[in-house]
Amino acid sequence: MIVSSLVIDAFRFIGDNGSLLLSETGQLAKLAFASLAISLAIALPVGLWLGHKHRGLFLALGASTLGRALPSIALIGLGIAVLGVGFWNVSVALVVLGVPPILTNAYLAVDGVDRDAVEAARGIGLTETQILTRVELPLGLPLILAGIRISAVFVVATATIAAVAGLGGTLGDVIVNQASYGEAGVFAAALCVSAVALGTAGLLGLMQAAAFRRMTPRT
Amino acid sequence: MRTEAAELVFDEATKVYPGREGAAVHELSLTVPAGEICVLVGPSGGGKTTALKLVNRLIPLTSGYIRIDGKAIGDYNITELRRSIGYVIQQVGLFPHYTVEGNIGVVPRLYGESRSWIKARSAELLDLVGLDPSYAKRFPAQLSGGERQRVGLARALAANPPLMLMDEPFGAIDPIVRTRLQDEFLRLQGELRKTVVFVTHDIDEAIKIGDRIAILREGGKLAQYDTPMQILDHPVDEFVADFVGRDRALKALALQKLGDLKLGEGVRDGLPRLPAETSLRDALSFLLAERQEAAVVTGENGKPLGVVTREDLLR
Repeated sequence: MIVSSLVIDAFRFIGDNGSLLLSETGQLAKLAFASLAISLAIALPVGLWLGHKHRGLFLALGASTLGRALPSIALIGLGIAVLGVGFWNVSVALVVLGVPPILTNAYLAVDGVDRDAVEAARGIGLTETQILTRVELPLGLPLILAGIRISAVFVVATATIAAVAGLGGTLGDVIVNQASYGEAGVFAAALCVSAVALGTAGLLGLMQAAAFRRMTPRT
Repeated sequence: MRTEAAELVFDEATKVYPGREGAAVHELSLTVPAGEICVLVGPSGGGKTTALKLVNRLIPLTSGYIRIDGKAIGDYNITELRRSIGYVIQQVGLFPHYTVEGNIGVVPRLYGESRSWIKARSAELLDLVGLDPSYAKRFPAQLSGGERQRVGLARALAANPPLMLMDEPFGAIDPIVRTRLQDEFLRLQGELRKTVVFVTHDIDEAIKIGDRIAILREGGKLAQYDTPMQILDHPVDEFVADFVGRDRALKALALQKLGDLKLGEGVRDGLPRLPAETSLRDALSFLLAERQEAAVVTGENGKPLGVVTREDLLR
C-alpha cells in the first residue's frame, strides 16, 4: 500500500511540477545527447580504423578496462575539480566515460569480420574505404550498435549524477534533494531518468536487433 | 561473351617475407599464354599461393617483374588491376549480407553498371555456372559448399576479366561434387578461353585441369614447367617424379584417348567394343578385367574404326 500510494503521489508530483521535470529532463537529454555525439565522433572512426587494420588491440581493450574501472562519480568529480562546473565541462567527463565502450566494440566488430570475405573484397578490387563501408561496417553493425547502447546508458545515468557534483538541472538535483521535493518528487524524477535511459536503450536495442536480422540472413 | 584473354609473364619474380629466412617465391620465370590454364602445384611451402597473390598485388613483389599483356603489374592502378582480374579462393569469401545477385554485382556496381544490367548479368552468369535463376535472391548461408563456390566463380567472372586467379577453388568440396565442378569448369573454359592461374596441391587435379603445370618445390623454386603429358613422361628429376607419383605411367594413359592412337586392322565380331573417347587407362583396365587381348574401337554411331590390342596400350 505504501508503494502504491507513493506511485500515486509521484504522478501527482509530475502533474504539479510538469514544467520543472520537463525542463530538467530536456536538460538531461541535451547533456547526454551532446556527450554521446562527441563520444561517437571520437570513438567510432578510431575504433573502426584500428579494427580494419587489426592494430591497436592494446588501446582498444585498454580503453574499455579504464572505462569500466573508473567509477562514474569519481570521473565526474575529477572533471569538475579540474575543469569547473558547466555544461561543456561536465560533457568532457561524460565523453571520457562514453568513448570506451564504443571504441572497444567498434574495434572488435570490425576486427572480427570474416577474413575470407575481406580478402575476397580486396582481391576483387574494393578500395580500403569500400571494404570498411561495404563489408566490415555492415557486418559489424550489431556489435557496433551494442557498444553505442552501452555507452548511451552510461552517459544518461552519469549525466544524472552530474547534479551531485554541482551541475543542476539534470534531474539528479531533484533526486538527491528529498528535503525539498519529498519522496514523491525523488520517485518522480527517478521515473523520468529511467524513462530517458530505457527509451535510449530501447531505441538502440531495436536498431541493434534490426541490424542483426539484416546481417545474419536466415538459413 | 568472348573477350580477349591476357598473356601473363612471371619474370624472375621473387618474394621474401621480411624477417623470414629464404624466399617464399624464388626468381620464378614462366609465361602463361593467353587463353591457357596454368596450374601451380607443389608441396606446402612451395609458394604456390604466394605466387598467385603476387599477380593481383595482394602480396607485394620483392624483386623481379610480373607482366600482364606486356605491362608490369606495378604500372597499373592497383584497384583497376584487381578489378580486371577474377579472383576465386577456397573459402569463397562471399559477402554474407548480400544476396547471390548482390555478390555477383559487387564489381559491376563499382564500375557504375545499372541495376537492370546487373540483374541480367547475374542471371546469365548463374546459368553459366549451372545454378537456377531463382538462386539470385538467396543468401550465401542458404547455399551448399558447392553452390557457394559456383557463386564465387560467377562473382569472379562478373566483370568479364581477361585473367582469372583461382586459389584451391575446389579444395574444400567433397570429392564427388569436386569432380563435377572440375568438369564444368573445363566446359566453361572451353567457351570463355580466359587465361587462368590455378593453385592446387592435388597433382591429379593439376593433370586434369592444366594446359600447363608448374611444379614448385620448397623455397618457391620452379622444378618443372610443362604440359601434363611431358611432366608425366619426362619428369626432369627425382623430386618431380616423386611428386607426380609412382603411377605416373597410368596417369599418362588416363590423359590419352583410344581415338588418339593409330589403330590396327582386323575388325571382327566377337571382339568387345569401346568408344573412341575411352581413355587408354580405362581401356587397359577393361581388357584386363574381361581377359581380352584386343577390342574394336568405335566412332560415331558405333562405326568401327579399327582394333586396339593390349600391346598397343602398353607401348
